[in-house]
Amino acid sequence: MRDPGGAALADRTPPSETAAHETDSPVIRLHDAGVAHGRRFVWRHAGLEVAPGEFVVVLGPNGAGKTTLLRVLLGLHPLAEGTVAVLGGPPRRGRHAVGYVPQRRTLDSDLTLRARDLVALGVDGNRWGIALPFASGRRKRALVDAALGAVDATAYAEHPVGRLSGGEQQRLLLAQALVTEPRLLLLDEPLASLDIRSQGVISGLVAGLARERGITVVLVAHDVNPLVSFVDRVVYVAGGAMVSGRADEVITTETLSALYDYPVEVIRDSRGRIVVVGLDDCDSHHH
Amino acid sequence: MVPSHVTWNLVDDWQQLVQYDFMRHALLAGGIAAVLCGAVGCFVVLRGLSFATDTLTHVGFAGASGAVVIGLSPVAGLLGLTALMAVALGALEQRLRGRDVVIGMILVLTLGLGLFFLRLYRGYSNETYALLFGSILALSLRDVAVVAVGAVIALAALAAIFRPLLFASLDEQLAEARGVPVRAVATAFLLVLAVAVTAATQVIGALLAVALLIAPGATAQRLTTRPVTWLLLSVAIALGVTWTGLALAFWQPYPASFFITSLSTLTYLAARLVTAGAVLSRLRPATRPAPAAEG
Repeated sequence: MRDPGGAALADRTPPSETAAHETDSPVIRLHDAGVAHGRRFVWRHAGLEVAPGEFVVVLGPNGAGKTTLLRVLLGLHPLAEGTVAVLGGPPRRGRHAVGYVPQRRTLDSDLTLRARDLVALGVDGNRWGIALPFASGRRKRALVDAALGAVDATAYAEHPVGRLSGGEQQRLLLAQALVTEPRLLLLDEPLASLDIRSQGVISGLVAGLARERGITVVLVAHDVNPLVSFVDRVVYVAGGAMVSGRADEVITTETLSALYDYPVEVIRDSRGRIVVVGLDDCDSHHH
Repeated sequence: MVPSHVTWNLVDDWQQLVQYDFMRHALLAGGIAAVLCGAVGCFVVLRGLSFATDTLTHVGFAGASGAVVIGLSPVAGLLGLTALMAVALGALEQRLRGRDVVIGMILVLTLGLGLFFLRLYRGYSNETYALLFGSILALSLRDVAVVAVGAVIALAALAAIFRPLLFASLDEQLAEARGVPVRAVATAFLLVLAVAVTAATQVIGALLAVALLIAPGATAQRLTTRPVTWLLLSVAIALGVTWTGLALAFWQPYPASFFITSLSTLTYLAARLVTAGAVLSRLRPATRPAPAAEG
């Protein structure tokens, strides 16, 4: 496997991080983990091991703690019990080896900032002072150009971000996460508020980049269907618990009924698409 | 009041303006306030803090009039209470987000308090008038010095937090994950804003100060796509409208605050009209696929 950390950022990557991926040791390891908001547990007794290069989709109803799982992995939310390791160490903020795209609505249409400047904030937005245009450096420009190229956004690099479509903005946010050349990508609902075609395009883009660069992906979604051909592992968060496994193991009538503590049925069509239906009423939603 | 008149010779005009102490003080204090407000205003617009800024100006009014009652300088009260309010807003920012009602209540409460304090003081109505609508032509050299020192400190602080503030204003969660201390940065910005509110209140008064804090930033945003250019352009616009307003008030028998607020609004309208179709559509060539194609 090629070194996804890349030489460009090696000088900023602590040695402990570069060592972890040489072996096949898990990128993420949760053991008997529990997380709480105040005194209420969101989920507990969660176990999860994600191997390098795996594509993981996190599913579950709103409020089940999917975003909280990402915040735990980012070092933004402490565990109430159990242990967590990310890239061989405790999670912590501001590491270049972890790329993140938060859940969001679209950007303000009045926002005239250039796409390029948005992506550049991924490189040095956490540093103090002003980034002067003439002092921004060749290395930073090269990183930004490479990230824009990787998501196929070079054509609108100079455009005001507020004027771009939802799919174009999503590409920029992906570029912003890729610009530090991460080994782990955490994406929170990147397909929400996109039309069906863009959902397919963005899913394919993420999967392609991940495969090409050996990046491990944890992607939170509402609907597994646009991702069904890329996904290696599904994590289903519901009812205060977390179950993980291959999609065809987890998204089953038995597992989901147990998680929801309510009778549901999983239906698959001829092309592998999945529908989850609650049995006591006719309300169904796609998974 | 002034025996001179406008000529087409700008050097002559300028010399007329600066031959009086009060005009020199006004141009200096106005200039300093404009530079600070222009810079701060970009982030007021970006962070959607127009209403919170308006509330800060009213808090400042209560602070200034309260200070007068207990025998302190109005500037001390203005700066003290707005800074206190800035810290409180910073601590509560996440809980106050979208709570317009709470901020509106603070706004009217403090305006009423200010009126009450002025009544206690049995002050002259020009004191009230000066606080609400500005008294730039009556500033002393000491007032100017206070504004200058505050502005230098505030601008240095703003320069120091510029990048993380921009990052956090665009995407707070991502900035937090990237290691930006978002709460501290937000509070630091609100303190800078408190200094800007103090400076602007001295120039155009508590009721109108918000004009200098939102119009130049909003105008400049429409004209550029680069953050540093945005900031510099906003400063230039704020400086332009303030000095032009002062000059107009020198030759015309109308208040400087009126000219400054009108010019701010007119500049914004002009920028909107100019950029409405032309500039932004040129930035998006028609050869690209329609936006609908990708959601």
